[in-house]
Amino acid sequence: MASRKDGAVAEIEKKIIEAFEVFDHECNKTVDVREIGSIVRSLGCFPTEAELHELLAKVEEEEPTGYINLEKFLPVMTKVLLDRSYQPIPEDVLLHAFEALDENKCGYITKEELIKYLTEEGEPFTEEEMEDMLSTALDPETNTVRYRDYISMMIVDET
Amino acid sequence: MGNCTSLQPLQFRRLALFLSLAFKAAVLIQQWYRRYVARLEMRRRCTWRIFQSIEYACEQDQIKLHNFFSYLMDHFTPSSSKERDFISRMFISGESFKEAELEKYCDYESMEVPDSYTGPRLSFPLLPDHATALLEAFKQKQQLHARYVLNLLHETRKHLKQLPNISHVSTCYSEEVTVCGDLHGQLDDLFFIFYKNGLPSPSKSYVFNGDFVDRGKQSLEILIILFTFLLIYPKEVHLNRGNHEDHMVNLRYGFAKEVMQKYKVHGKKILKMIQNVFCWLPLATLIDQKVLIIHGGISDTTDLDMLQKIQRNKFISVLRGKKRKESNKDVEIQEINGESKVEAESSESESDLSLSPQPRPAPSITNRLEFSKWLRQTVQEQIEWCRQLVDSESEPEEPTYSSVVSLTELDAQCWTHQEEWKQILDILWSDPMPQEGCRVNTVRGGGCYFGPDVTDKILEKYNLQFLIRSHECKHEGYEFCHNRKVLTIFSASNYYEIGSNRGAYVKLGPDLVPHFVQYQASKTAHTLTMTQRISRVEESAFRALREKLFAHTSALISAFKAYDKDNTGKISLSSWAMAVESVLHLGLPWRMLRPQLVRSTVDGMLEYKSWLDDLAMEQRSQEHIQSSLLEVIYRNRSNLETIFRIIDRDHSGLISFEEFRQTWKLFSTHMNIELTDDGIDDLVRSIDFNKDGNIDFNEFLEAFRLVKQSQPILFQRPR
Repeated sequence: MASRKDGAVAEIEKKIIEAFEVFDHECNKTVDVREIGSIVRSLGCFPTEAELHELLAKVEEEEPTGYINLEKFLPVMTKVLLDRSYQPIPEDVLLHAFEALDENKCGYITKEELIKYLTEEGEPFTEEEMEDMLSTALDPETNTVRYRDYISMMIVDET
Repeated sequence: MGNCTSLQPLQFRRLALFLSLAFKAAVLIQQWYRRYVARLEMRRRCTWRIFQSIEYACEQDQIKLHNFFSYLMDHFTPSSSKERDFISRMFISGESFKEAELEKYCDYESMEVPDSYTGPRLSFPLLPDHATALLEAFKQKQQLHARYVLNLLHETRKHLKQLPNISHVSTCYSEEVTVCGDLHGQLDDLFFIFYKNGLPSPSKSYVFNGDFVDRGKQSLEILIILFTFLLIYPKEVHLNRGNHEDHMVNLRYGFAKEVMQKYKVHGKKILKMIQNVFCWLPLATLIDQKVLIIHGGISDTTDLDMLQKIQRNKFISVLRGKKRKESNKDVEIQEINGESKVEAESSESESDLSLSPQPRPAPSITNRLEFSKWLRQTVQEQIEWCRQLVDSESEPEEPTYSSVVSLTELDAQCWTHQEEWKQILDILWSDPMPQEGCRVNTVRGGGCYFGPDVTDKILEKYNLQFLIRSHECKHEGYEFCHNRKVLTIFSASNYYEIGSNRGAYVKLGPDLVPHFVQYQASKTAHTLTMTQRISRVEESAFRALREKLFAHTSALISAFKAYDKDNTGKISLSSWAMAVESVLHLGLPWRMLRPQLVRSTVDGMLEYKSWLDDLAMEQRSQEHIQSSLLEVIYRNRSNLETIFRIIDRDHSGLISFEEFRQTWKLFSTHMNIELTDDGIDDLVRSIDFNKDGNIDFNEFLEAFRLVKQSQPILFQRPR
C-alpha cells in the first residue's frame, strides 16, 4: 500500500471495510466467497458474472478456502472504485435492452419470452432469480412485463 | 428459431444480428438486476443490524438500571425515614410470599363468575375439551375469567413443584418430539404451530424452550394455553424457563402491563401468582440423554449435577446489579496487614436483588406506621445480610432464606449461592460466539458468550450429541453454529416487524435428526414482494434509529462541532460517521446507512444542524437543543418507566410528587445530571395536568412531547 494516502483513498477504504464487515459474520475479517458479489455490487458497481469471476481470481487464496480475506480484497476493490470499473447502467441503456427484446415494439414482453431470454441467453438467471424478478415485474392480468413501468418503479425504489 | 439453412442470407444476417443483440440485452438486464438484488441484500442486513443493536442496547439499559440499584445500595444513606421507605420499596418488590400467604392472597374460590360470562369455564382436573374451548375462545378474542386464571395458576404451580430441574424426554414413548423456541406473546405463531404440527397429545410431545411472554400482546393467552396443555398431558408437554420468565424483566418488557390492562381488578394477584409459577419452571430438558435443551446457552462452568440439585424456586429474578469484586480483596489485604476485618459498609455489599433473605410477612398496608417500620427493618436486614456475604468466605451460609434443609440436600448446601446463581444465569442468558473461549456477555448484562470449544467440552463431559437453545432471533427461524453442535430455534416470526424473519420449530425422532418447519404467521407478509417486505422492515428500523439519534441530540451536536472548528455547519461524511458512532456506540455501518438518514450537499458535506432540526421536527418536538433535560428523560424513559412500576406497588398508574421527586433526584445524581430542586419542581408541576398532586406516569412518559403545548417553562429557561 502507498505510504502517503489521499483523503479520498482513505474514505474509499473505509467504505469498503464497512461493506465487508456487514457480511463478516464471524468478525474475523473474512467473508464467504459467495457474498463477494453482493459486497461489490452494494458498493455501487455493476459487474457482469464474468467480470466478477475475474475479480475473484485476484482476491482468492492460492488454494481456495471458500473464504476471502479483507487483506486481499481491500487493495483490489479500492482500485476498482478508483478506476470506476463496472460502471452503472443508466436508465436509458436499460430501456434499450428491454426494447431490443421486444421484437414487435409493442411496449411489453410476454412472460414466456422474458423467461426464455433471461434463462437461456446472456449469463442465465437461476430459476429463483427469474421467479423473483417476475414477482415484481409481471402484470398478472396480462401475463406480460410492461418494461417502461417496471423500470420506473425500480429506479424509484433505488433512491 | 427456425431452420437456419432455409433462410436467405439477408434474413440470416438479420437474425444473427438480432440474436447477438438479444444476448447483449440479456446480459445487461441480468447485470442490472443482480446489482439490484445485491443492494436489497445489503439493505436487509443493515436493517437487521439496526434492530439487533437497538435491542441489545436496550438490554444494556437494563444493566444500567441495575447498576443504578447497586449505586443506591452503595452510596445512598437515607437521611430520613421517608427516603428509607422509598429506597426499600425498590428492593422489596422481589419479595416472595410464603406458600400459605400466597394461597390466601391469590384466593380464587370466593370469586364469583357471573352468569353473563360467556367464556370458557374450567374445572379441574382439566380435560382435552377444556383446551380446545380455550383455543377457540382466544381465537374469538375472548378473555378467560380471572377466577379460572388463578385456579389454573394454582394447579400449575402444584404440578411444577414436583418436577425436577431437568426434565427427561424419551423418543421411544412418543415417536417425535417437537421443540419450539421463543414465542414472546405472539399467539398467532402458536396457533400456526398447532395447526401445522397438531396439538399436544399422548403421541405428540412438545418442548417449549422459554420466553413465552413479553413484547407481543398476547403473552397471557400463551401462558394459559401452555399451562393447560401441561396439566392435561404432563408426560408429553415440557416447559423450560427463559430469561423473560422473570418478573423484573416483565416489568420492563410489557408483560406486567398487559396483565394489568386485561385484568384491572385482579391483575395484581395474577401477576403475583405468575411470578411464583415462573420460578418453579424447570431449567432444562434432556432428550434421550443426548440432546440438551436450554433457553440461552452454556458456559465453561456449566455443571448439570449442580443444576439438578439446586432449589430452583429460590431464584425469583435472575437479574442482578454490578459485581463488587473489589470488596473481597480489600478485606483480604486488611487481614494480611494484621488489622481486624474492616466492618464492611453497605457500600461493599453485593447488590443482589435475587438472593435477598425472605422478609418477614408484611403487616397490613393500612397501618402505615407499622408498615414503615417493617420496611425499615427489612432493609436493615438486607444490608446486614449483604455485609455478611462479603465476609462469608469461611462462614457457613445463612439458612434464613432456605425453607427446609433435608438430608438429601446437604450436598447442595456446600455450593455457595453465587455458584448456584451463576449456573442459572448462564443457561438462561448466554449466547454462542464463533471464537473460542468463554467471556462475559456484556451486551446482555448476564450470562456469557461461549465458543465452540466450550460446546465441545460440555457435550463430551455429559456424553451429549448437541444442544438446542433459543434466545436469539434468527432470520430463517433457526440456525446452526459450532459445527452443527448448537442449534438455535426461534418461533416468533416477524419479531422485529412484519416481514423481518420467519419462525421455526424443530422435530426430532429416535434418530435425533432435526427436521425443520418454517413459517411466517402474517397474511400480509405473504402478499408482499421481497422488495416491499424489506422496505417495510427497513422503514421500521430507520424510524427506531432516528428516534435514538434524536434522543442524543446534544451529545451529537458537541461531537459534530468538534469536527467543525470553523463552525460552518457542515462536516464530511467520514467525520459524521465517526461522531455518530462515538455517541451511540451501536457498531452500525454508518456510511452504508447514510443515504437513508441524511441528505448530503453538493460538495459531499453534511449539514448537521439542519439535519438534527429535521429529526426533531419528526419527533414532534421543538426547541430540542435547549431542553437537554427532556432529552435525558426521553433517553432514559424505559428505565424510568421500570422504576416507576416498581414504586407503584399497587399498580394504580399513579405516583405522588414526592415519590417522583425522590426518584428523579436519585436517578439524576447517579447519571451525573445537574439539576436544582427548583428544576425538578418545575418539571413536576408542568407534568401534573390535572393538578391533583399525583403523576400519572403514562402521561408523563408522553409529556416531553406535550410540554411545549402546556407550560413551556423549561424551554424558556436560559441554559
